[in-house]
Amino acid sequence: MTLLRRTVCVLLAVLLALPFAAGALTTPASAADSDVTINVYNWGQYISDGTDGYIDVNAAFTEATGIKVNYMTFDTNESLYTKLKTGGSTYDIIVPSDYMAGRLIAEDLVQEIDFGNIPNYAYIDEAYKNTAYDPDNRYSVPYTWGTTGVIYNTKYVDPADIGGWDLLWNSKYAGKILMFDNNRDAFAIAESSLGYSLNTTSESELRACSELLAPQKPVIQQYVMDQIYDKMIGEEAWIAPYYAGDFLMMQEENEDLEFYFPEEGFNLFIDCMMIPTSAEHKAEAEAYINFLLDPAICGENLDYLGYSAPETAAKEYMDPEMAENEIAYPSAEVLANSESFLYLPQETNQLMDSLWLEVKTGGGSTTGMLVTFLVIVAAVLAVLIGYSIRKRRRKARRGKYYHAK
Amino acid sequence: MKNKLLAGPYLLWMVVFTLIPLGIVVYYAFTDSMTGSFTLSNLAKIGIYLPIFFRSIGLAAIACMICLVIGYPVAYCIASVGETWRRFLSMLVMLPMCMSFLLRTLAWVALLEDTGILNHALSLLGIGPLPLVRNNGAVILGMVYNYLPYMITPLYTVILKIDPKLEEAAQDLGCSGAQVFRRVTLPLSIPGIVSGITMVFVPAVSTFYISQKLGGTGTVLIGDVIESQFKTAYNPNLGAALSLILMVMVLICVGVMNHFSSDDIGEEMMPL
Repeated sequence: MTLLRRTVCVLLAVLLALPFAAGALTTPASAADSDVTINVYNWGQYISDGTDGYIDVNAAFTEATGIKVNYMTFDTNESLYTKLKTGGSTYDIIVPSDYMAGRLIAEDLVQEIDFGNIPNYAYIDEAYKNTAYDPDNRYSVPYTWGTTGVIYNTKYVDPADIGGWDLLWNSKYAGKILMFDNNRDAFAIAESSLGYSLNTTSESELRACSELLAPQKPVIQQYVMDQIYDKMIGEEAWIAPYYAGDFLMMQEENEDLEFYFPEEGFNLFIDCMMIPTSAEHKAEAEAYINFLLDPAICGENLDYLGYSAPETAAKEYMDPEMAENEIAYPSAEVLANSESFLYLPQETNQLMDSLWLEVKTGGGSTTGMLVTFLVIVAAVLAVLIGYSIRKRRRKARRGKYYHAK
Repeated sequence: MKNKLLAGPYLLWMVVFTLIPLGIVVYYAFTDSMTGSFTLSNLAKIGIYLPIFFRSIGLAAIACMICLVIGYPVAYCIASVGETWRRFLSMLVMLPMCMSFLLRTLAWVALLEDTGILNHALSLLGIGPLPLVRNNGAVILGMVYNYLPYMITPLYTVILKIDPKLEEAAQDLGCSGAQVFRRVTLPLSIPGIVSGITMVFVPAVSTFYISQKLGGTGTVLIGDVIESQFKTAYNPNLGAALSLILMVMVLICVGVMNHFSSDDIGEEMMPL
């Protein structure tokens, strides 16, 4: 009895001490002097987080520098923009795509980076420097690059139907097709299909795109971003346009998934790291950027992610199969068919926003809904009016009765 | 005087977190997103979104009626059983609300989708995948499921408070069971019905999560449009205008209902 009690006491004491012991073991010596936490705002599923034995990038960074990372995710460039624009939250690192990077620079929402703190920038390939959105390399550092294309499930999709973007309109697969839930990527598909530039500012061309996207709605299962993972892996949907890097990740979970670059053309994008004007820990943010550019870290991180590395040096640290993957690193011939997004003028963005909203909200069984609505209103009114008439009558009768009495 | 002072903190809260934000909503609704000058163009856009308003109100109203039809017998039953059972049953009604609303809706998706649990079970019986999700029916189901406790709780509270002596008196005076219900219990529970309908209708008409998860591309509700204006399209002015219109519509609906119900109560009780 006493032995049991003593054992329980010892166990409890050990349990209580455990968190402290764990803290002492994992915290490196250098952490003692740094109590800074940086806020990193990145895309969902966009960093190696320690799953499947891959590197946990954020933990490795904290271990190396003692700086803690508060990691948060967003799912579209547009929601990132809205978050920054409305304020209220401070981020030290954000990872927008090229066209959004251009918009953030133009609207002074990001600040210049001190490249003296980022020696690893030297590893970045020339092709990802002096870009259209940041011609003087002052505000941005590339994180990854990639392409968009069509993911499909070979179990259900006839090989004769693949090849172009028109698969996304194929009514044979109605209800099993997903679509981008952001205007720029969705319009790019329509623009490629119609042979327009992905950066068109012509109102008539954009309207033609929305007229192409509107009739697509009945065959679309849902407009999604990150939910695409569950839906494609679980075979709830069979066809989806998405980013090549994410396809490589999905294919590991479901081997029936395949990918192709549509023949009409597709988007080539660079996602880059930037520091918002409102950042509170600029130096630590730069340390984080530098850490991610380290070829070993970059290689291991992108080995897991499937997105393409902007530095050749990183390929050494990747699984050779990934480093030579034709979907992650397409040949120059394939890439010749791609086009990058540029930052568009404000009016074009607004027009695209409202056209996209019309596509998503318009159509449907409008008349059916109107009829249902009117029937409901009529029914409710009939009940209420009938009720009050009956009551008034009853009241009148009652009045008579009382008088007669 | 003392009582008024006690209400002070909440009144302050109301001013800071209800009235001032409401003022901001009105301000945004009447200003232009680019220049910030006065405009009616945001409100004028209601024309485009009218079908979506109708769809939202229609689906919410249907969900409300279903909640009432399901909820009333349940509330009546809970109110009429013994103390121990009553406590147990009302706990059962409230229990799902202890879990996250988002999680419960996602659970329905997992149940209903084409590769979901129900369709999987059906396929074992040889029945092909049924379109159980991504339609109006699934959205209504989500609304009924999530908001049913809001209907049952006020109904149950009101029915419980009805003096059994009134029902006994009606029976003594020769009313049949059905007549007692129709002429005594039902009219006396109208305040519960009204607050139940309000508490279901208002959140249902402005919901966006349910329609995004359980609805398809054709079941966009006004809540989805408002959410997208704030979350991705960055047009808070249009979002505010649509919110304002929705608020006015809801106030009208609730006002009409309260108007009809408030003259009922006093008078129906007269002959008793």
